[in-house]
Amino acid sequence: MSSDSHSVHRAPAPYMNPYLAGIGLGLVLLASFVVMGRGLGASGAFSSACAVAVNAISPAHAQGNSFWSEYLAGGVGHPLKEWLVFEVLGVLVGGFLSGLLAGRVRRGVEKGPRISTAGRFAWAFAGGALMGIGAKLARGCTSGQALTGGALLSAGGWAFMMMVFAGGYGAAWMMRRQWK
Amino acid sequence: MNAPFFKFGLFGDEASLIVAFVIGIGFGFFLERAGFGSARKLTDQFYFKDMAVFRVMFTAIVTAMLGLFYLSAVGWVDLSLVYIQPTYLWPQIVGGLLLGVGFIVGGYCPGTSIVAIATGKLDALVFVAGVFAGIFAIGEAWPAIAGFAESSNLGRLTLPDLFHLPFGLLVFLVVLMAVGGFWGAGALERRFADRPAKENP
Repeated sequence: MSSDSHSVHRAPAPYMNPYLAGIGLGLVLLASFVVMGRGLGASGAFSSACAVAVNAISPAHAQGNSFWSEYLAGGVGHPLKEWLVFEVLGVLVGGFLSGLLAGRVRRGVEKGPRISTAGRFAWAFAGGALMGIGAKLARGCTSGQALTGGALLSAGGWAFMMMVFAGGYGAAWMMRRQWK
Repeated sequence: MNAPFFKFGLFGDEASLIVAFVIGIGFGFFLERAGFGSARKLTDQFYFKDMAVFRVMFTAIVTAMLGLFYLSAVGWVDLSLVYIQPTYLWPQIVGGLLLGVGFIVGGYCPGTSIVAIATGKLDALVFVAGVFAGIFAIGEAWPAIAGFAESSNLGRLTLPDLFHLPFGLLVFLVVLMAVGGFWGAGALERRFADRPAKENP
């Protein structure tokens, strides 16, 4: 990894020390508790967007489904004027800023050397779908349940977090060709 | 000081969206700093190669938990006004398991996939398309599975409530667990460091 054979980009900066990054993330989460009285999240924003899309196609169908109608009732006057939607837009900007400062914004595909790009895309889609289903059953994802629920000592958040690690480690061996 | 500020009416709903955006910037910034815009960095966790996911997550949990604990102890934050999601025990156990499998299959979680898109990862874009497909599927199936998905609702349940232990003691135990975990993470990394074959055969 030391020699960058044909790249004209400057070498990306090394990642931050994980403990320092964790303190930074923890202070952002603490700020959210103190200022808003709520924690962070991510998957909820996807659900709001999905509900709006379903509603655009068939309003009657969306209103008749308790899952969609709950998200459609959210937001400040409009379901997309929702706290998590704006937070996720911030995540996009914050991630871009950090990446830019570190020289890490670069188009590419994250995968191990033994899998094709098409294969990687297929797994990415399948994993995303599992993630969407799991996050909705759990009422949150790594941000909303594990991180936020973990810091608030929520029983469900801790049960969820342990199962995430169990699922990840349990399936890691089967997925090794994708990453190593 | 009366916090949470929003709950004491220091600003309204419209302003809360600006707060959301600013907090999101901080969230995304530190996720990217930690290297979580990279699926390889994230999934290394599950091969004991690089335990950054565990380190960052537990440092963040401990930081926010201790901060909230002290701020509520001195009376600045009313902890009862901080929203804790209700526990739906079985759906959260099954959901967590599915999400964990989805993590190693897909390479990201919803938050980190946003950061990966922001830094140009095309696989993260495909991953997010998958997330939408999954949410669409479960949203459509919700009426049929509500019997399970809305079961075991235990309400606002915290570990101190569950184990009948003082809040401060649980905070202390989580700190101990994290410190023990950080030590164990280093030991695991050293043990598994030589396992993968040479990078370029």
